Amino acid sequence: MSIYVNTGSKVLVQGITGREGSYHTAEMVRYGTNIVAGVVPGKGGQVADGNVPVFDLVSDAVEATGADVSIIFVPAAFATDAILEAADSGVRLIVAITDGIPLQDAIRLRPIVRRRGAILIGPNCPGVITPGECKVGIMPGEAFTPGPVGVVSRSGTLTYEIVDSLTRAGLGQSTCVGIGGDPVPGTTFVEVLRLFEDDNATKAVVMVGEIGGSDEEAAAEFITTMTKPVIGFIGGRSAPPGKRMGHAGAIVSGSSGGAEAKVHALREVGAAVADATDDIPALVARALNG
Amino acid sequence: MKLHEYQSKMMLRDLGVPVPENGGTATTPGAARAACEALGGRAVLKAQVHTGGRGKAGGIRIAESPADAERLASEMLGMLLKTHQAPEGLRVETLLIEAPLVMTREFYAGIVPDRSVGRNTLILSAMGGMDIEAVAAERPEAVARERIDPALGLRPYQARRACVHAGIPEELIRGLTPMLVTLYDAYIRLDATLLEINPLAVTDTGALVAADAKVIIDDNAMYRHPELADWNEDAADNPIEAEAQRRGIQYVHLDGTVGVMGNGAGLVMGTLDEVARAGGKAANFLDVGGGARADVVQSSLELILMNPAVRSVLVNIYGGITRCDEVARGILQATSAMEIDVPIIVRLAGTRAAEGAALLAGSHLTPALSMQEAAQLAVDAAAGGRVVDG
Repeated sequence: MSIYVNTGSKVLVQGITGREGSYHTAEMVRYGTNIVAGVVPGKGGQVADGNVPVFDLVSDAVEATGADVSIIFVPAAFATDAILEAADSGVRLIVAITDGIPLQDAIRLRPIVRRRGAILIGPNCPGVITPGECKVGIMPGEAFTPGPVGVVSRSGTLTYEIVDSLTRAGLGQSTCVGIGGDPVPGTTFVEVLRLFEDDNATKAVVMVGEIGGSDEEAAAEFITTMTKPVIGFIGGRSAPPGKRMGHAGAIVSGSSGGAEAKVHALREVGAAVADATDDIPALVARALNG
Repeated sequence: MKLHEYQSKMMLRDLGVPVPENGGTATTPGAARAACEALGGRAVLKAQVHTGGRGKAGGIRIAESPADAERLASEMLGMLLKTHQAPEGLRVETLLIEAPLVMTREFYAGIVPDRSVGRNTLILSAMGGMDIEAVAAERPEAVARERIDPALGLRPYQARRACVHAGIPEELIRGLTPMLVTLYDAYIRLDATLLEINPLAVTDTGALVAADAKVIIDDNAMYRHPELADWNEDAADNPIEAEAQRRGIQYVHLDGTVGVMGNGAGLVMGTLDEVARAGGKAANFLDVGGGARADVVQSSLELILMNPAVRSVLVNIYGGITRCDEVARGILQATSAMEIDVPIIVRLAGTRAAEGAALLAGSHLTPALSMQEAAQLAVDAAAGGRVVDG
């Protein structure tokens, strides 16, 4: 088992002919992901990446191929519409890679996507990977290997770094979910933790948070109900207040969003929090053996 | 992008929010005198800098005559305004000249996203003119909040309910309710991520006026606000940040001595933390982004070195779509194009790390294997420790 994606996932790519879309489609296919369709308005009838049929509309792509997962690479100005179209066309899981979606769009999107019964991961995220089965994202597949550790993160490259260290320590991963660095993500830590808690393949969870917002504090509260160990890491502990550290959501505003409160909230509920990324594999190994 | 008060008020006035009578802005004492004259001889002079607490620091003065305005403006323009929010001080270059208000009450009205629920929230308090966080901490019952459904907008009943909960006097609720709805509509129209009216004044004639206004526009939404593009030019807090913005590079100026470059915001944040753990302080945050080409890397290194406080540079790359050899090429381009007198520590991992390392072999760059080792080397080098040449 795993969460969100597996060998049965049928994936369509919105924005498959763009620079990012075409490069990552090839990478996902190389990883073994079942890419069944692409959608680019005005390019219906074409073929991408050798043999992937391209459609004008998501609804047509879903009808013709049975796609249940969509990954979105379209530019920010069009991404909101692309997400809504996917949700309106019966796609179950929408993974939005696009960075730069306006905050007010994200706020409007979330309730609509949920009402359609769809799940939005991202935007501004690296995607989801179930190692050895299915990669719906832009992460370097070589760093990942199957195993018992669930990973959920607000960051991309920092997570590759952490996963790489887990893999080198012989600690494979069940599924890795990048929820993205925006202030209002489609999916929060708690929602992913809940799925990991119910997932047979997952024995421990690594949660990579960062400054800004209170999603980590909410996660800490949920962790009290979990039977599986959670190992936390919080990025941005040295960041000064009022400065936005790259991610739109990574900012300490006034007295809220600081790293210290997040670390404290997690430790308070018994989660181990690593001071450095290097310490994570040992903490995971201890949790798995404990 | 943070708008200055005069910019915020200009936008809000156009969207139907009552603001004080405006005499324009002044960058010279003569212009302040003329503006005061146009307002009938009395005026408030307000320093246009991005900080709260301007009044206490001498950034807001009342001129009793045009000559007074000229004199006060000559004192204020060019001064370094130090407040509790900006202890190092901000240079005053522009003054807003307004007709003075006679305030009988001061309220607070704000609209911000509540990230915990993914919705915008109206915050209202009858205790205006103070730091709202302090009010909320000391007297939480004095601060009313209303979460706003994005599909419906702020409904009048919610605005009314907030007024009642905040203890706004009965006779003012009828007037304040539509003003709050107008503020929300303006917040949405402007693609703001913060709108704060503090104080929202009740004048001696019973009018409700936005005596101060703070608006932050969502950087991600700038593409649909060409009307704000000109103001974006000087919105950066720092000249290197402004230059980075022109070059399309994510750079945040910090006050340490170790220049930092990495790929991906999370990794760069993690690198800054490692620098702090190693006992140093980062001079900046710089994210070259995903799949950065050599020229972007070169341009990034130039930016970092524009900061005279930089004593060493740490480059930390975990290559996914970013190729380490491309990064190495960019660093070499930069080192051959310009005189660099600080040590550069480079840690490359992931895609084409070996090729990148091979390119750097024989150069004067210091290689490091891990993020931790790289941070330690960079901190030692910044502190004047010897760095072994590669």
